[in-house]
Amino acid sequence: MSELRVQGVTMTYEGADGQPVRALENINFSMNQDDIVTVLGPSGCGKSTLLNIIAGFLNPTSGRVFIDDREIAGPGPDRGMVFQHGALFEWLTVGENVSFGPRMAGIDATSRLASVDELLQLVGLAGFRDTPIYNLSGGMQQRVALARCLANNPDVILMDEPLGALDALTREKMQTLVLKLWQETQKMVFLITHSVEEAIFLGSRLLVMAPRPGHVVKEFRLPFAAAGLSADPREIKSSREFIAVREEILEMIWSMEEQH
Amino acid sequence: MSQSNVRKTRSWLLFWRGSDKGLAKCKTVTFGDPAAVEGGAIYGVLSVLTVGIVWQLVAMAQIVPPLFWPSPGAVFDKFIQIATEGYKGFNLFEHLGISLYRVMAGFGLGCLFGIPVGLGMGLNRFIKGWMDPLIEFYRPVPPLAYVPLVIIWMGIGDGGKVLLLFLATFSIIVISARAGVASVAIQKIHAAYSLGASRWQVLRHVILVNALPEIFTGMRVAMGVCWGTLVAAEMVAATSGVGWMVLNASRYLNTDIVLMGVILMGVVGFLIDMCMRKLEQKLIPWKGKGRG
Ligand SMILES: Nc1ncnc2c1ncn2[C@@H]1O[C@H](COP(=O)(O)OP(=O)(O)OP(=O)(O)O)[C@@H](O)[C@H]1O
Ligand SMILES: [Mg+2]
Repeated sequence: MSELRVQGVTMTYEGADGQPVRALENINFSMNQDDIVTVLGPSGCGKSTLLNIIAGFLNPTSGRVFIDDREIAGPGPDRGMVFQHGALFEWLTVGENVSFGPRMAGIDATSRLASVDELLQLVGLAGFRDTPIYNLSGGMQQRVALARCLANNPDVILMDEPLGALDALTREKMQTLVLKLWQETQKMVFLITHSVEEAIFLGSRLLVMAPRPGHVVKEFRLPFAAAGLSADPREIKSSREFIAVREEILEMIWSMEEQH
Repeated sequence: MSQSNVRKTRSWLLFWRGSDKGLAKCKTVTFGDPAAVEGGAIYGVLSVLTVGIVWQLVAMAQIVPPLFWPSPGAVFDKFIQIATEGYKGFNLFEHLGISLYRVMAGFGLGCLFGIPVGLGMGLNRFIKGWMDPLIEFYRPVPPLAYVPLVIIWMGIGDGGKVLLLFLATFSIIVISARAGVASVAIQKIHAAYSLGASRWQVLRHVILVNALPEIFTGMRVAMGVCWGTLVAAEMVAATSGVGWMVLNASRYLNTDIVLMGVILMGVVGFLIDMCMRKLEQKLIPWKGKGRG
């Protein structure tokens, strides 16, 4: 049972004009095994900053992040990353991308091969093991990115707008895949998105953030992710409960925009 | 005709004639479309033939004395003669071999040192700070300008010529390797660290591989410059090599040998570049497709 804790994280950048930019102010939350947390908020509210601190790419100005009892002090294979685009290694095949982590860890080629085929099966890319990355569509590339981070068996998967560059139809399919991976692998998922609908549909918990300084305004606990695989996604998204939450969140975001 | 035959004929046509009558037929805007200039190899053949014919016609008309304007046939005869009998002690292929050896040695050393220095400059502030002024200072100086210095320091052996070609290669490779490092998308580096790669593994499996297309482009440019600097290098008191052969023949007004040497250098330079391009396609098939 792993757990991720963010304790009093504050981040102040030095802006271009020398003025401090308060990107995050005193963020506190924790998540565990059953959680898929989605984060929503207007541009510049510090979502990516928070994710990069959890990933270990940024040191917070103050505050700490723990996975179980280990304090985070840099990037590591216990936290898998999925970026919006451009993070796959285009000089490697699909299979070589997926087995990159195990290869770096020195795991031998034959045992790598078996797990690669399993993972490709899981993300719906069976038979693409030897295809070059650049011959895949955007949606397929994101499937590779998901398989690649799962290959390391991380405790948590961090995603910064993973589906943001995809067309609407592919995006819906990929949302279902994210839910499937979350349920089958039992990993914590932390996912940033700009789509209100996506945040509600995918999040068992949803954090709404506001800018200047970046902070969490409200947390929702939602039932849709848990139901997402057994029912028709379109039905869920047009259900009364779903629409009620959506309107509430849109209201909050609109009022944030008006204040500035 | 079978399906694949049709396709073969189509691509054959595209290669020789160009796309304006082929694939791009349905497009109404072709002016400014890069696809409009694809193919058209036939024009290249025609252009070379035209030059050859004009050359022959002028020679036959005797407008210019043969001493200054030898006919293609005379030049070809010289080619056969020097290939079999040799020129001043070495036959043509020995001259060519010696030149190629010098180019390869200078070029190889330039790559051997240039790649690590360029990577270092792209990765480390101190290395960049130390190397940058030195390279920026000597880079714009044409190699010909330091020939006298090279003679004074290195004498007339092969060392001086190799040094000259090394210097020409080195700065180009350094700059391209450095640009290659700078071109790596930060997400790739982040992804690699998140997948558990060490610093060394990130360098070897991400930064270096990512820089390969740029490094290879630099190598092609450097190879061209080297081959071009060869004549200058062989002015450093040589007694062999195609560059030297041309210079030496010009002293005795052997225009046919000069022309033959010039054409030979052109053809060899072209072949080298073609080999490097093929090698590039083989080694770096992902070049220009970096959207992973
Ligand atoms: N390296 C940096 N230096 C200075 N300021 C920065 C830096 N990175 C981010 N910021 C600022 O911090 C704030 C939060 O940025 P962040 O990228 O985390 O926002 P975000 O919520 O991810 O936005 P978006 O939705 O557009 O991706 C912004 O005001 C941004 O301008
Ligand atoms: Mg962001």
